[in-house]
Amino acid sequence: MKALRKQLDKIKPQFQKGGKFEKLHSTFDAFETFLFVPDKTTSHGSHIRDSIDMKRTMSLVVIALIPALLFGIWNVGHQHFLSHGETVAFWDKVLYGLWKVLPIIVVSYVTGLAIEFAFAQIRHHEVNEGFLVSGMLIPLVVPPDIPLWMVSLATAFAVIIGKEVFGGTGMNILNPALTARAFLFFAYPAQISGDKVWIAEKADAFSGATPLAEAAAGISAETVNFTHNFMEMFMGTIPGSIGETSTLAILIGAAILVFTGVGSLRIMVSVALGGIFMGGLLNLASVNAYMDVPFYYHLVMGGFAFGMVFMATDPVTASQTNKGKLIYGFLIGVMAVLIRVLNPAYPEGMMLAILLMNVFAPLIDHYVVEANIKRRLKRMKPAKA
Amino acid sequence: MPKTIKLTKGLNIRLKGSAEKKITGLSSQQFAIKPTDFTGVFPRLQVKEGDAVKAGSPLFIDKYRENIVFTSPVSGTITEIKRGDKRLLLEVRIESDGKNEAIDFGKADPASLTKKEIAEKLLQSGVWTVIRQRPYAVIANPEHTPKAVHISAFDTAPLAPDYDFVVNGQGEYFQTGLDVLSKLSDGKVNLNVSKETKAKEFLGARNVTINIFSGPHPAGNIGIQIHHIDPINKGDVVWFAGVQDVITIGRLFSEGIYDSTTIAALAGSEVTRPQYYKTRRGASIGAMVKDNVNNENVRFISGNVLTGKQIRPDNFLGFYDSLITVIPEGNYHEFLGWALPGFGKFSTSRAFFSWINPSKEYRLDTNLHGGERAYVMTGQFEKVLPMDIYPLQLIKAILTEDIDLMENLGIYEVEPEDFALCEFMDTSKTEIQTIIRKGLEIMRKEMS
Repeated sequence: MKALRKQLDKIKPQFQKGGKFEKLHSTFDAFETFLFVPDKTTSHGSHIRDSIDMKRTMSLVVIALIPALLFGIWNVGHQHFLSHGETVAFWDKVLYGLWKVLPIIVVSYVTGLAIEFAFAQIRHHEVNEGFLVSGMLIPLVVPPDIPLWMVSLATAFAVIIGKEVFGGTGMNILNPALTARAFLFFAYPAQISGDKVWIAEKADAFSGATPLAEAAAGISAETVNFTHNFMEMFMGTIPGSIGETSTLAILIGAAILVFTGVGSLRIMVSVALGGIFMGGLLNLASVNAYMDVPFYYHLVMGGFAFGMVFMATDPVTASQTNKGKLIYGFLIGVMAVLIRVLNPAYPEGMMLAILLMNVFAPLIDHYVVEANIKRRLKRMKPAKA
Repeated sequence: MPKTIKLTKGLNIRLKGSAEKKITGLSSQQFAIKPTDFTGVFPRLQVKEGDAVKAGSPLFIDKYRENIVFTSPVSGTITEIKRGDKRLLLEVRIESDGKNEAIDFGKADPASLTKKEIAEKLLQSGVWTVIRQRPYAVIANPEHTPKAVHISAFDTAPLAPDYDFVVNGQGEYFQTGLDVLSKLSDGKVNLNVSKETKAKEFLGARNVTINIFSGPHPAGNIGIQIHHIDPINKGDVVWFAGVQDVITIGRLFSEGIYDSTTIAALAGSEVTRPQYYKTRRGASIGAMVKDNVNNENVRFISGNVLTGKQIRPDNFLGFYDSLITVIPEGNYHEFLGWALPGFGKFSTSRAFFSWINPSKEYRLDTNLHGGERAYVMTGQFEKVLPMDIYPLQLIKAILTEDIDLMENLGIYEVEPEDFALCEFMDTSKTEIQTIIRKGLEIMRKEMS
């Protein structure tokens, strides 16, 4: 590694101010710090620092996404061959899935990172690691048959409008990956909703409805007829967005996030409780078949689990105070189920619920902090009297 | 027995090289008083190079509070007046003549003196400078009457000296010091001790209220203790002093002289024989670290690794410090360091596999372990700040210089040292202690 280090040190001056490739400084820096943790030492304050940094944190989130990704790849193949009535070997399903999913991941990363690098250079700061996560989240929340140009467009929209216009990583109000998904949902509704898109190259004769669509049909029908039972929904052998189907794989990711201290258990638990609470309430006040769907089904249908573990917990767009997180999470759970059941135009309530609460998170924090301020002022009064 | 205040938030960082409980006398030749050790003081020199001084002779005074006098810790000659950028006074260096002649300020029983007489004696001898106030951690104003006085009798910082050991045999001076402080304040004098302490000097102290604390660092920080006993509100003034500061006060009244003797620990992974030394305030650490450091590429710190100041190996012990720490420098590149499993990498998160071995003692260096980023992670700082304060919100209020908000969020209750652990564990690698100091300076200007 010494040879590589020497080579880097040799070409480094060309990328610094006054050098030939001055314009590529941020790009060079990103690659250099990727290869080597910098030799920078502490100069003010604490002389020692925790080993954790943003690269480690973000790569742990990507690792936590891997179970959902791997299952998603297999399931894309599985659903495809299922719809055609073919029985094929495990690896054939995986290969088909890879053929579908890999291009989406590549397009998402290339588009997003290109924009991130460009902005970092323009703003003269280091490339932030946040997109490493967003770039993986976006492929996992789109349907397998989505055209690649749409992925690219949505990613660009999310990074520029969702993040960079606010000042980049750490400053954005809305979750970038969900911004991408919402962009697709509202700009190209035909390609991202309905019964056709959730299975890659689906055979026309096969129904292919997601559990959410089947449940939504229950608003006007006598009963809800699920093709899949609860266990199948939990395991994830159902049609849906690439990474969202398997609640089990997502929970493995959740365990990694919580154990390493990267993801907020507070938010995850409160989202689940919010969903259960609203689902239970609708069960009690039921007037149609959808409202009769047992509350626990909401946790395994559609993007609820994925949103709960990977989207709601985004620290930048969530509430920042511990109390705020509980309120924020609970309301996401409530809103997600509410939108699903009572608003048939939007079968996937989770996306909208999280985006809505992203907007309200600063308000929740404001009141939590305000309570702290009131406590402090109250403490002062008896001292004066 | 008073109730124990149990703190659960915080973090003990276990470092290698804690000091062995053995005291060696250290006869340093070189001494220096550094005006930079005293927050908010503008020094006006009272001596010039070549002047002869005794222990207790004035070296400089505070330009804006002329009754605050800084005196020489030993007798000898002024060898150098060292200045930095913009003629900032950095050090007044004194070479000891080995005689330890001291100015006689007269022995006195604090019980027989008035508050004014006591303050006068302390100011004249320069011993007053050991008493500091919160907010801002500046030297106390003799015209104020504090709401309370607080003394922390233990230090929870990494490798910190054990004050049970330090106070041993100096109980009488310590008690006299406490008696002096109790005459200065109308309120309580709080002696905040650790649950583990067995020292009769602390547990048997008179004229004080004893508060017992348990929990990880920063439980030993005076600011954390004040927050849990009687928090500082807007307009409040609280005084504080360390154990050795109280002993110095006690000696002034018992012996009639400014005796700057202090016990300092030398510790850290790079020290060959970590132990305690009997020395004086402002003594050169040269004799301490000579042939006693087993590595070339090291950093010398006056104070602990979280809050101390970097010094050179021929430099001087800080006025308020009782610890010299020596740790390795971290100026190396680490190939794919962020991606390695990290069995030996200390982290408060479980992001590295070092969680497998929680009781290991670490040899930590000064590497930053990453680049500075925007604040992304939340809820981390709350885990190591045992106060009813929202750390990230306060930091952001300071960054935006929102004075009302800073005040509302409790800036008066904090000092940079209380946020040292937040800085240590910050994923975004920002300089939080510098930010807090900046916020306090803004408030101090605003309020004066």
